[in-house]
Amino acid sequence: MMEQQDQQEQQVVAKLEIPQTTAAAAELSTADADRVFDAQNVSIYYGSFRAVTDVSISIYQNEITAFIGPSGCGKTTVLRTLNRMNDLIATARVEGDVHYRGASLYAKTVSPTAVRRRIGMVFQKPNPFPKSIYENVAYGPRINGVKGKSRLDEIVEHSLRQAALWDEVKDRLSKSGLGLSGGQAQRLCIARTLAVEPDVVLMDEPCSALDPIATGRIEDLMQEIKARYTIVIVTHNMQQATRVSDRTAFFSVLRDEKPGRADTRTGVLVEYGATAQIFGDPQDERTKAYVTGRMG
Amino acid sequence: MAVTTNQSAVDLREPSGWRRAKNQFATGAMWFTFACMLVPLGFVLVTVVAKGASTITWQFLTNSTIPPNILPANIGGMGAAVVGTLEITGGAAVIAIPLGILGAVYLNEYGGNRPLARVLSFFSDVMTGVPSIVMGLFIFTIWVLHFGYSGLAGSFALACLMLPIVIRSSYEMLRLVPDSLREGSYALGATKARVTLTVVLPAAIGGIVSGALLAVARAAGETAPLLFTILTVEATNPNLFSGANTALSTQIWVNAQQPYAGAVARGWGAALTLIAIAFILMIVARLVTARFARYSR
Repeated sequence: MMEQQDQQEQQVVAKLEIPQTTAAAAELSTADADRVFDAQNVSIYYGSFRAVTDVSISIYQNEITAFIGPSGCGKTTVLRTLNRMNDLIATARVEGDVHYRGASLYAKTVSPTAVRRRIGMVFQKPNPFPKSIYENVAYGPRINGVKGKSRLDEIVEHSLRQAALWDEVKDRLSKSGLGLSGGQAQRLCIARTLAVEPDVVLMDEPCSALDPIATGRIEDLMQEIKARYTIVIVTHNMQQATRVSDRTAFFSVLRDEKPGRADTRTGVLVEYGATAQIFGDPQDERTKAYVTGRMG
Repeated sequence: MAVTTNQSAVDLREPSGWRRAKNQFATGAMWFTFACMLVPLGFVLVTVVAKGASTITWQFLTNSTIPPNILPANIGGMGAAVVGTLEITGGAAVIAIPLGILGAVYLNEYGGNRPLARVLSFFSDVMTGVPSIVMGLFIFTIWVLHFGYSGLAGSFALACLMLPIVIRSSYEMLRLVPDSLREGSYALGATKARVTLTVVLPAAIGGIVSGALLAVARAAGETAPLLFTILTVEATNPNLFSGANTALSTQIWVNAQQPYAGAVARGWGAALTLIAIAFILMIVARLVTARFARYSR
């Protein structure tokens, strides 16, 4: 009788401890083996405009890393550098080193296609293809060579379940993906990204077009899948960063002092650390001003 | 239950005076120009139906040889010209549509600001303005003079005419495909060719097909490019690749000049048949667009 009660109490304590341990800054790994991205002195240019200057940041496995900062600080630009999406902009150029699991992302022999196959991306505006819900999810596996209906069915169901969308769409898989609500469409895009079993999921303000309920769903979803993926999220919403992320990077805009440039704004990484520390005990005055709402 | 209130009601009527007058004037002007535009269209349709409908019979549409001009309208028909128009226009479509779509894909997806893309775009715009008879002369000098008259030569001439239309309409459709779709595909590890084939083209295919069918309808009615290329004979020639051929448009041209009532009546019949073919193509274009658009809403 006594023993049973003890066990129950221990279970309750264990449950309570879970959020505490994940929130504790000391628990975050800094081991080299857990390092997914390692960017050193990265500057990113669009033509002659230097959008981002000298960013050095390490991103760790199975964590959610949030990029926050005012508009124009280059957080999306840095994010798009991590899976070479910036290659699609003809004038974009990256200086410095970006390593992904030991390989240099911008080496000449690296194929951007192979990079994006491992490092998926969810965009600000849900962008389902004008195809059926099923085809939206099956698209990635198909172009990566998965064949056979039963295998694809399995992947589609599994991905939609992971994205917490299965129950809502299982009866209308053949209907257009464009007929979904904003929140559903964004979860469809997440399912589509997960269907190719990426290593990393980059999210560029994935909830900015969604209402709070849909946002909550996607945040829960991120927590559920982070055991299997590494997630980097750009967000304008600081509450969201505190709710979901393990680490936070605060970017800001700096005036570039070099004369003769048309646009002298450039983004810099101001402070990077455990989310609890960035919001609870920011070391830089600019971070402090931003997270307390005095600026930006 | 009526809502009772002792407030004085706010005035929510259309603002009066000058603003309302301007609005009414603009609306009136719009209706007027719309009606003006309908007048010639109505005249053409009414005249062609009135003068051509009586000759249209099953025999008229399928008769294999166009009879001598002096025979009355109730004898013989334009079957040979229907076959010729379908063959020649079909051949032109097979040449011009794939080339045109590929050209548009190159311009929008691959070309960017490259010199070749700029040159292509410029010349396709120039080609749009080239008189159709010049296309006929062009094919006459480079093909007919060496290989003789044939339906194929007519197809070439019509293809020259269709090509810039197909390029332009497909290009506009591809431009409408949002970049976010391309990015979505790239982010899954797709190559550029994959993105184009599996996302961009399917998203634009409805508009591309309808643009292409409109180009076909336009080409089916062209006379000038065929004058120097198919020779316009009276007998059905099912072989597109050799021998002189015939077409509805050139038959209209030939028959309308005759002093014989029978020939002129057959000319009107051919005109009505041609309009009907163009009309059917327009309807097919609509249906195809709707069919392909089923996932886009």
